[in-house]
Order: sequence, then C-alpha cells, then structure tokens
Amino acid sequence: MNEIILEVRQLVTEIHQRRGWLRVVDDVSFNVRRGEIVGLVGESGCGKSMTAFSLMQLFPTPAARVTSGQIQFEDRDLAKLTADEMRRVRGAQIAMIFQDPATFLDPLMTLGNQIAEPLRAHNFAGNATARTRELVAQMGLPDPELMVRRYPHQVSGGQKQRALIASAMACAPKLLIADEPTTALDVTVQAQILDLMRDLRDQTGAAILLITHDLGVIAEMCDRVYVMYAGKIVEHNTTRELFRAPRHPYTQGLLRSTVSLESASAELFAIPGTVPNLNELPTGCRFAPRCPIANAQCKQEPPFVANDASAVACWNVERAAASDIWKLEIGS
Amino acid sequence: MANLRTGIAFSLIALCVVAAVFAPFLAPFDPFRGGADALLPPGSKSFILGSDHLGRDVLSELIFGARVSLAVGISAALSASVLGLVVGSLAGFFGGWVDGVLMRTSEFFQTLPRFVLALVIVAFFGSGIFKLIIVLAVLSWPPIARLVRAQILSLREATFVEAARLSGMGSLRIIAREILPNALAPVIVTGSLDIASAILLEASLSFFGLGDANLISWGGMLNVAQPYLRQAWWMAVFPGIAISLVVLSFNVLGDALNDALNPRLQETA
Repeated sequence: MNEIILEVRQLVTEIHQRRGWLRVVDDVSFNVRRGEIVGLVGESGCGKSMTAFSLMQLFPTPAARVTSGQIQFEDRDLAKLTADEMRRVRGAQIAMIFQDPATFLDPLMTLGNQIAEPLRAHNFAGNATARTRELVAQMGLPDPELMVRRYPHQVSGGQKQRALIASAMACAPKLLIADEPTTALDVTVQAQILDLMRDLRDQTGAAILLITHDLGVIAEMCDRVYVMYAGKIVEHNTTRELFRAPRHPYTQGLLRSTVSLESASAELFAIPGTVPNLNELPTGCRFAPRCPIANAQCKQEPPFVANDASAVACWNVERAAASDIWKLEIGS
Repeated sequence: MANLRTGIAFSLIALCVVAAVFAPFLAPFDPFRGGADALLPPGSKSFILGSDHLGRDVLSELIFGARVSLAVGISAALSASVLGLVVGSLAGFFGGWVDGVLMRTSEFFQTLPRFVLALVIVAFFGSGIFKLIIVLAVLSWPPIARLVRAQILSLREATFVEAARLSGMGSLRIIAREILPNALAPVIVTGSLDIASAILLEASLSFFGLGDANLISWGGMLNVAQPYLRQAWWMAVFPGIAISLVVLSFNVLGDALNDALNPRLQETA
C-alpha cells in the first residue's frame, strides 16, 4: 500500500449567504494515496466541488471559507499555510482541471503559452519551451509545433481539455484534482480523456482526485470511492466493493439509477424526492426523508461514520444489506 | 470589400503621416509666405489647389496643416487612453470607495458638454497647441476609464483567471498576463476612434478662431475661408475634404483594429 499524500480531517467549509454562513462541506474526512485514483461522487450541489476548492484554499465565490479541519498534504497542513506558501503549492504540488475547458483557457493566449504559464509562475529551471513541446506530445495532441501556436477557439473541445491537462501537469504535481473533467465532452472524447488521465497517473505517479456525478466514470477509473450527500460523506469503500455491495441506501439508490444496456428498456429508476436545502437540513440523517428504511432514530440522530477503510454512515446497515430496499419502494 | 476599405483608410493615414513628417520637403511653397497672387483658382501659376486671400499656396498649407491635426489627434487620444487606463484599472482592481470616487469623477466629466467646455477653457487660458491637447485629453478619458473598469470587473471573475490562480500565479502576474491583454483590445479601438474625434474637435475650435494662431491647421484654414466662400471655394473645400477623409479613415482604422485584435474573429491560421 502506498503512503498517504493527502489526509483531510473533519473539513468544514462555509459560504456566506443572506441568512448567515451555510455549511456546504460538513465534517468531511478522506485520504488519497500516492498514485491512486480516488473518486468523489454525488449529485449536483452536494459539496463535491467545494471540497476540491477547499483543498486549493481558493473559491470561485469570494464569500467562502474553510472554517475548520485539517488538510494534511505530505507533511504540511494546507489550512495553516500563508497565502504565499499556498500560492506556491497551487499548480506546482496540486493542480486542478475543470468541467468546461473552454472557459478555463485565456482566449487571447496561445495554447503553448497557456501550458507554459505554470512553469513560468513557479520559476521552472529547465527549458520551458522544450517542456511545453514534451507535454503537448505526451497529451496525444497532433502536430505539437502547430498546436502550441493555436488559440483556444481554433481547437476542439477535447483538444482544449488536453491542453488544460497539459497545463495542469506542467510542474509535475503530486495530486491532480479533476472536477467533472469529462462532463462537457462527448462520449468518445470522454473515453480518450479518461485513458489519458490514467496513462498520466501510470507515467508520473500523480494521484488523482476525480470528482464526478457519473458512476460509469468512477467504475472505469477509480481505486476507491467516497460517496457524498448534502455536504457529508455517507459511504466509502474500494470501487470493486462499492459496486459489488453498496451499503448505504443512497449509494444503493444511485447505483440503481444508472442506465445499463440490459435495463435500457425498463423504466428508469430515480430516487424519490430531492436533495434537501442546506438551509433546512433534517436534524437526523440527511438522507432520512428520502430513505425507504428510515426509522425514528434516523430522523433524530445523525449517523456516526467511522473513519476506517470502508465506512458507511447509516443506522440500518444490516437492514439495507439484507434486502433490496429500493425494490420495496418501487413495489409499494 | 472590408479589406479594400481598410486599405484605402490605411493609405490615407499613411499619406497624412508622410505629409506631416516631411512637410518642409513636400510642400511646393512656403505656406507662411504670401504674395501678390491672391485668390487664384486651382491649377493656375503652379498653385495646384489654388491660393488664398494672402496669396499662400493652399496645397502647402494643407500639408503643414496635417502636422497639427495628427499631432493634436494622436497625442490627445494617447494621453486620454493612458489616463483612462490608469483610472479604470485602479477603479476596477480596488473597488470600494476608490471605485466610487473615480467613477463619480468620470461621470462629472462626462456630463460636461465637450465642445462648450473646450471653448471656455481655451478662451480663458489661451490657445497653445499643448493646452489644446491637455483639454482634449481631459475631456476624452472618462469613456475609456469606464470601459477598462468594466473589462476588469468582468475579467476578474472570468474562469480562466480563476484557473490561473489555481495554477499558482500571483496577482501581479495575473494582472499583467491575463487581465490587461484581455482588457486592452477595446481600449486600442476606442483610442483610435478618439483620434478622429480629437482631430474633429481641434478643427472645430480652430474654425471658431480658438486654435493656435501661430500654426496652420485645417480648421483654421476653414475659418479664414469663410468670407471668401463665393470667390474662392477652393479655400474651404480642400481643408474640408482633408478633415472628413482623415476622420473617416481613423474610424475605419478603429473597426479594422477591432477585428485584428480579436483572435476569435481571425481565420484559423
């Protein structure tokens, strides 16, 4: 087992709203090992992206803050670094790629300059031009000489994402955070980008934290998975185990909602109800209002989650495991 | 079609620049020296465009007039752009009360009627060419400042700026590499349009006799041509054409720059 390079403990992130500070990431703990691909999966608005931005200590909205928790990256707690120390970590040690490559590239900068920019920002000692060519070739972009002179609007969506990944990998970061990296791409390009990311992991040994709502992507890519619901991690396990035997009712419901070729003719399953508004969270388990096996305890006490190799935040794990709880739901 | 138009505009501006730079060598006569041959029509006695009421060659006056028009137009627009860029950047980056004060100031300047204020200032402080440039610059910076501020406000939130921050770039680097280049194109375009309006304003002031009396300018030529409109149409028509063409050319240049500076509008290389 490789050493742990990122250990997040009891992370709490809040964003400011009219009514006060709202906890969008609530007591989240997880870890990533060297060279590992770890998935963070959940519905829109469950706090996946905010978790990622918390690691970077930088938020797209100014009114957000990491309130408490530790972000142990190698031997340092990122939450305790000064602004300048953190700036030197971003892009060099931890890099990030995003859902929509088009808007994350500067429209007035050639791809070559864009890829070389992190090198310059972090005072790369070697030949930046040569390194850029090398990266472009490594990303499987055709005709590197021409590519580096292109502007973002002159290349395809897949090529933009490759350029963005090249820029992220420029300083050989130890951790790559990929926030829905393939959501904006079509399916064939999606598969190519995922292959590319896996190759990069194999070649550079960088760990990848893959944030997605797509269980297909998780199944294909990840070694381990954390399932997030309404700001909390509800279950984590190895990918194999999670797909073989999901234990949390929410995970079970998520897996049931995926479309497979066999079930394509049947009616699509959806978990009834919606993600609760973070302003009016239930007092007990946050999933209780939508859970088919919730009981009185679930509605009053938030479930405890043990931080071991495979954990699940549910009061009724045995009952959830015993029968197909969502089938009951459909039947009733 | 657009290329032809741009080409003509460029040639006219180039012609004007050459005339201004090499005026003493190009002008067939000394434009300041009159003679007995007053009010001769174009073509007579080697006065290609005729002579004025003091017997001065109109063509030579036009060539020397280009110096004043271009000098005033370009310096005024350049000063206004720099001033606007500085004020707009400060307002955009710092926000808060800095933004408030600067923007209210710019609004104050924008509410002033440009031409009337120029008239008043020149009437009070005299009409040297440098004073004129300063007056024009002071009157034209607010739109540029507001433009720059708006650009910076939107670019500050742009996702690629966010991406630059996430790749560890410092604030100064982000401003220099990401924000300013993206904010600059509209400033250059507006600046070139400002050249045209500065030339026009200078001509108007000179037409009202408020230009620099020691220099020959196209507006000044129009001014002296007024009493002779019936006898000597050439005294008014040629400077009029010169002003119109140069102003039009700078407007076309502004359009062309807008297209050229925006890589999104360029053909794939």
